[in-house]
Amino acid sequence: MRRLKERVIETVLFLAAASSVLVTIGIVGILVVESIPFFEHVTLKEFLTDTEWTPLFENARYGILPLLSGTFLTTVIALLVAIPLGTVTAAFLSEYVRPAWREVLKPILELLAAVPTVVYGYFALLFVTPLLQKIIPDLSGFNVLSAGIVIGMMIVPYVSSLSEDAMGAVPSHLREASFAVGASRMQTSFRVVIPAAFSGITSAYILGISRALGETMVVAIAAGMQPNLTLNPTEPAATITAFIVQVSLGDLPHGSIGYQSIYVAGLSLLVLTLCFNIFGLWLRKKFQEKE
Amino acid sequence: MESQQDILANIKRRQFWDFVFALTGLMSLLFALITLITLIVDLSLTGVPRITLDFFTSFPSRFAGKAGILSAWVGSFCVMITTAFCAIPLGVAAGVYLEEYSKKNWVSQIIELNIINLAGIPSITYGLMALGLFVYQLKLGQSILTAGLTLGLLVLPIIIVTTREAIRAIPNAIREASYAMGASKWQTIRHHILPYSSGGIMTGVIISLSRAIGETAPLITIGALTFIAFLPTAPISDVPPFINLKWLMDPFTVMPIQMFNWLSRPQAEFHVNAAATGVILLMMTLIMNGGAIYLRSRFRKKMKW
Amino acid sequence: MELNLRAEVKNLEFSYGEKKVLNGITLPIYENRVTALIGPSGCGKTTLLRCFNRMHDLYANAQYKGEILLYPDKRNILGKEIDPMEVRMRIGMVFQKPNPFPKSILENVAYGLRVRGVKKQSFIEERVERSLQQAGLWKEAKDRLNSPATALSGGQQQRLCIARALATEPEILLLDEPTSALDPISTRHIEELIQELRKDVTIAIVTHSLHQAARVSDYTAFMYLGDLIEFGKSDQIYTNPKDQRTENYITGRFG
Repeated sequence: MRRLKERVIETVLFLAAASSVLVTIGIVGILVVESIPFFEHVTLKEFLTDTEWTPLFENARYGILPLLSGTFLTTVIALLVAIPLGTVTAAFLSEYVRPAWREVLKPILELLAAVPTVVYGYFALLFVTPLLQKIIPDLSGFNVLSAGIVIGMMIVPYVSSLSEDAMGAVPSHLREASFAVGASRMQTSFRVVIPAAFSGITSAYILGISRALGETMVVAIAAGMQPNLTLNPTEPAATITAFIVQVSLGDLPHGSIGYQSIYVAGLSLLVLTLCFNIFGLWLRKKFQEKE
Repeated sequence: MESQQDILANIKRRQFWDFVFALTGLMSLLFALITLITLIVDLSLTGVPRITLDFFTSFPSRFAGKAGILSAWVGSFCVMITTAFCAIPLGVAAGVYLEEYSKKNWVSQIIELNIINLAGIPSITYGLMALGLFVYQLKLGQSILTAGLTLGLLVLPIIIVTTREAIRAIPNAIREASYAMGASKWQTIRHHILPYSSGGIMTGVIISLSRAIGETAPLITIGALTFIAFLPTAPISDVPPFINLKWLMDPFTVMPIQMFNWLSRPQAEFHVNAAATGVILLMMTLIMNGGAIYLRSRFRKKMKW
Repeated sequence: MELNLRAEVKNLEFSYGEKKVLNGITLPIYENRVTALIGPSGCGKTTLLRCFNRMHDLYANAQYKGEILLYPDKRNILGKEIDPMEVRMRIGMVFQKPNPFPKSILENVAYGLRVRGVKKQSFIEERVERSLQQAGLWKEAKDRLNSPATALSGGQQQRLCIARALATEPEILLLDEPTSALDPISTRHIEELIQELRKDVTIAIVTHSLHQAARVSDYTAFMYLGDLIEFGKSDQIYTNPKDQRTENYITGRFG
């Protein structure tokens, strides 16, 4: 009897653990299934090469490029902000700040990641954009630049926290070895700690990239939701995610081309994220082999 | 052989660069912290004066001055409860399984790898999945239940990971002591593992709910309405069995969606409403995160094995 | 043969926060001689050794009192005005566990020169070769200078760490139980190496093994509970100790 009860409990707990895999399968499965009908209307060539994305217009065009350029642009700007700031902050926290202070500063920094994204949207639209307009007078009210910068600030803690964890995990005997031959803190940090923590720092960057690619509200609020094939950050544009929000806000009959288009957009986003993750894995593998 | 002077010059030079680097680090850290403070202050300056009692007890309206967040905060509250009911049991159970039961084999490896990867999946794809699966396949509609399930699945990895960390901190000696007394595995878990890790699990629950309360995109995707001028069905009724679960199937809006809605209007008066909602949201998430940090540090101090 | 002082420890007290670890140590270090620091665990021998290149400065709460004078210029290397970097440029250290960087063999040995800003590749290569030869690793390593140091065996790694410390021509070389993590054969290698090196460099070694201390050292300092109990020529200390506590330790009554 007792044996049976134990077996039942174990099975229930296993099902709970396995359910997390079902989530992944569910996401991938639904995105694929709902996207397939889309490609009965649109050829893959048109999807990948057409320069306009207007699936809800009278004569609809289905080129993903404008959404990709928007996504690419915001992500690049965000990373230009987050990677230097996050990495330098991590090195500072790990190598210069006393452990007692680090214990206090790290959680405060992590609060940056806890702020709801819609609040960041407000900040980008009504604080950062007006501020930037003082420097760049012909900056549009909705623009990619401000959204990208704010997303960058938002993901600083993802980059810095995980990088700091990786640097903190570098054994102290390596640091001592470096100091023992007369290296400075900065030299130790750049020549020993950061290379030794490279694998963990890469994971931090990849998570940061994933966040930036998938960030929705900041771009939906501050970048203007207009698909725009441009690499000019002062113009409005739409990302894949912003497009999904825009369509979802309207009335959306199940099975309509609009409905299918957001799944295609979502699937593209997922594939994009996956590519970066695989790239990250490859990078780490390559670096580990070199050692 | 270098002269003493060369050595000193060399050290001066490196001290200088060391100082520059430390200063850059300090500036980066300060820049991040100042951004956080600026955001809070900017939002508060606009939003706080708008927060009155009426703001909490009014429905949204065409007139910015009359509008309030009644339906939004009630909606957020209901969705949070549903999320908690969905995510906590599932997440804790999964965490317990992975730490206490799972053997090193390909099944557990897939589960582990999957949990790490879930953290990188954009939240909006959860919304797309929910729209296809819950709304249309399972016909749950654009309801509180759908929203709760969606956010529950979204925060599941957070709860699993923190549960595992909390359980891993318990030394093996405790388990052995319990088994030595003749306890079964489940008894050991119920009487020792779960109580001792409850502080850590609590931290994870709070963090996950604070994440869920600010989530906007997946709920917009499942088609949450932005203008709701009524409340969900009351959970208590006057006929037996007195408890009424009909509210689960009601349409809803939540605070972040309400804020987004006001923010997307051109009039500045509505932006004030958005700021006020933002202040409330921000305070809630900051308090929840602060609480989690406090709980974690207290838990660490108390538990000296 | 005349003995020159290379360094002199004077009334050195050291504490970690409230906890006092060294209570006033006075000790000479002679040029081109090997000085062994011995004593039971917790006696402060490693702490003393780490004072010589200011390793304690890496951690908060370290407090020095007294001085360590480095000859010939008699600079007090514990002085507040002296950057630990300067001390560490003059005094090299090898640790208990081999700790090569996850870099190539060449880059490990060149590290000290690189952080000093040496750019000339031919100079670096020449110095790397010489250091590896001094450390007795050249034969094994010369064909794989660019392969990772972590692929070497434990004993080879420790010799690499010695070469790394030698590459910058330190005035004193500190060895902190350099063989405690090694097998007997590698240990013998390192001991022979110490005998060779004393021609060129002054060595201070902390060791757990009395036999090792007797084999490699010219002078021995016996420490107990943060005090220096006895200092003298090694043959005298091991055959005819003056202090009862030294005798007890040497005859194995505690340790």
